[in-house]
Amino acid sequence: MQPVPEQAGVLAGAPSPRRSRVRLWAGGNLADRAYAAVLLLFGLALPALFAFIFVEITSAAMPAIRAFGAGFLTSREWDPIANQYGALPFIYGTVVSSLLAMLLAVPLAIGLAIFLVELAPRWLAAPIAFGTELLAAIPSVIYGLWGIFVLVPWLREHIQQPLAASIGDAVGLFRGPAYGASILAGGVILAIMVVPFVSAVAREVLAAVPRDQREAALALGATRWEMTWQVALPYAVPGIIGGAILGLGRALGETMAITMVIGNRPDIPTSLFQPAYTMASVLANEFAEASGELQLGALMEIALLLFGITIIVNSFARLLVWRVARRAGKR
Amino acid sequence: MKRLWAGALLAMAGLAACGGDEGAPRTPGEMQTTAGGGGDRVQLTGAGATFPYPIYARWFSDYEQANPVRVNYQSIGSGGGIRQLTEGTVDFGASDAPMNQEELAKAPGTLHIPTVIGAVAVTYNLPGLAQPLKLSGEVLADIFLGRLTKWNDPRLQQLNPGVALPNRDILVVHRTDASGTTYVFTEYLAAVSPAWQQQVGMGKSVKWPTGLGAKGNEGVTGQVRQTEGAVGYVEQVYATQNNLPVAAVQNAAGRFVAPTLEASAAAAAGAQEKLAGSPDFRISLVNAAGADAYPISTWTYLLVPAQMPDCTKAQALVQVVRWALTDGSVAARELGYAPLPDAVRDAVFTKLGSITCGANRQPVSSAS
Repeated sequence: MQPVPEQAGVLAGAPSPRRSRVRLWAGGNLADRAYAAVLLLFGLALPALFAFIFVEITSAAMPAIRAFGAGFLTSREWDPIANQYGALPFIYGTVVSSLLAMLLAVPLAIGLAIFLVELAPRWLAAPIAFGTELLAAIPSVIYGLWGIFVLVPWLREHIQQPLAASIGDAVGLFRGPAYGASILAGGVILAIMVVPFVSAVAREVLAAVPRDQREAALALGATRWEMTWQVALPYAVPGIIGGAILGLGRALGETMAITMVIGNRPDIPTSLFQPAYTMASVLANEFAEASGELQLGALMEIALLLFGITIIVNSFARLLVWRVARRAGKR
Repeated sequence: MKRLWAGALLAMAGLAACGGDEGAPRTPGEMQTTAGGGGDRVQLTGAGATFPYPIYARWFSDYEQANPVRVNYQSIGSGGGIRQLTEGTVDFGASDAPMNQEELAKAPGTLHIPTVIGAVAVTYNLPGLAQPLKLSGEVLADIFLGRLTKWNDPRLQQLNPGVALPNRDILVVHRTDASGTTYVFTEYLAAVSPAWQQQVGMGKSVKWPTGLGAKGNEGVTGQVRQTEGAVGYVEQVYATQNNLPVAAVQNAAGRFVAPTLEASAAAAAGAQEKLAGSPDFRISLVNAAGADAYPISTWTYLLVPAQMPDCTKAQALVQVVRWALTDGSVAARELGYAPLPDAVRDAVFTKLGSITCGANRQPVSSAS
């Protein structure tokens, strides 16, 4: 079994691309060769842009890299007046808020996808699917404003204050004071923003599970539940992981909405109700007014780290999808 | 058919290349002068602070109606404005905070030209409080240092006799994006509190000892409005437009003054003595002398090179600024900015007259 995109190509009967490639380059036709050259240029444009961005950011980050070395990664200090910079609180805030978002979003998105594909009647499935996809089209500043005026007060009054007052002293994760703006609020808003991405992909891959497989399972006497969990879901797992990673990428890089609700305090919170800070947020907040080479350099180094984390996450996701797909293929 | 398509593609690529070649040299020419309908139109570009953007946009558009001068001002933040001015990509910059020594060393001879006066208001959320809260500088600093944490603290109670202050935690809300507003606010706290000066210092972004960070005036306002017991600071213009409760702050003369246009203008008037002894306008308005002066006031500056290569531009810039400080003061007041007091304005005019231009460094006023 292959992940869906490749499968779709095979199903559509697309010819193997290699033959036409050879013909294009070897052909004596001038127009064809010019065409190939132009396309080659397009093909190279993106890797070149990638390299250019990397080089530019690295050179701008050099003052900070030279001044702080590896200590930049472990220092908790962020003091623009004393020119002391460390990235640890920002790395922590970015990673933890994104993981929190995934924890909330992935089960919800998968459940939603299963409902839409397996259970919901058509008249209900279509509007729900449309509504979910609409969520992805809302600009993130709108999410942020909604977060400030609706989500944060609601979380403060109905989740944070009761929890902090009752079990907050016993369970460190829920310790007060509960101001609303917190790493929890950041995680929740990211989760809401990520759900449409994950569920759209999960729905597509679930819908792509061949009818034969389902019918075979049902014919063998499987219940609906067994058919979904033992046949349809395992078939769709690589695609779902891919969708989740897509969502994670979005969560890691999200700037506007999370800046408005996370509280922007460069500390390492031990409670979900404490404010935190993310890498993307500190860039957005301080870049416009940054003065002095060291502050600019420190911000650029954070950009570089964010760049690096995104690349690592994406590569890891690729690897995961590839391994799961291969294992599924062997069966 | 295929050949036709490839040909079209090639032609398009060629066109794009020509467009690029043509476009490149056009831009610098445009920045000098562009032939308009009736005569030459001078183009000036500036970049910098966001705080004065509303009044600058109004001034420059009003001025363009009557004069052949087009000023393009981009509010990219004062840090960006100073960088662009240093690199010479704009004709003038703008900043709320004066340039520091490091920045001035990179752009020597940059003049600070004050245009309007602004103030930073302290806003709070204490439902049921009838009259404005009164704060002194030391108490404000201790609140933002996290040393004074309850609204019914005896020191607050002493400043507000007869007011029932609640037994509530104080939640400090500060700007998280670097800004001139933060610069002025921390400059004031550093001026009145040695502890603040030593522990935090002043700057466009600082290491806050306590509290939540919110983005922009609107973020601070949102957080303060929603949280009972919160206190934050915003630009006075913003506080007035949104009808926020603002605290009266004790000034150097010991009086509690609310942030108003008159009170900020009084701060500028109170700083005139200091101005007389200073070679430029880089003097602070915080905690200024004067019975009616609001203590958290500030100038906002245009940053202009003392020597400009192009005389046409230099002339136009000086005329725009002169016009803005005289005829433009009505518009400033309308938008909530305090215009400069007359004495300061005259000093600014003298300073403008010292700008030179061209290869032989002739004074702007005598250049034609």
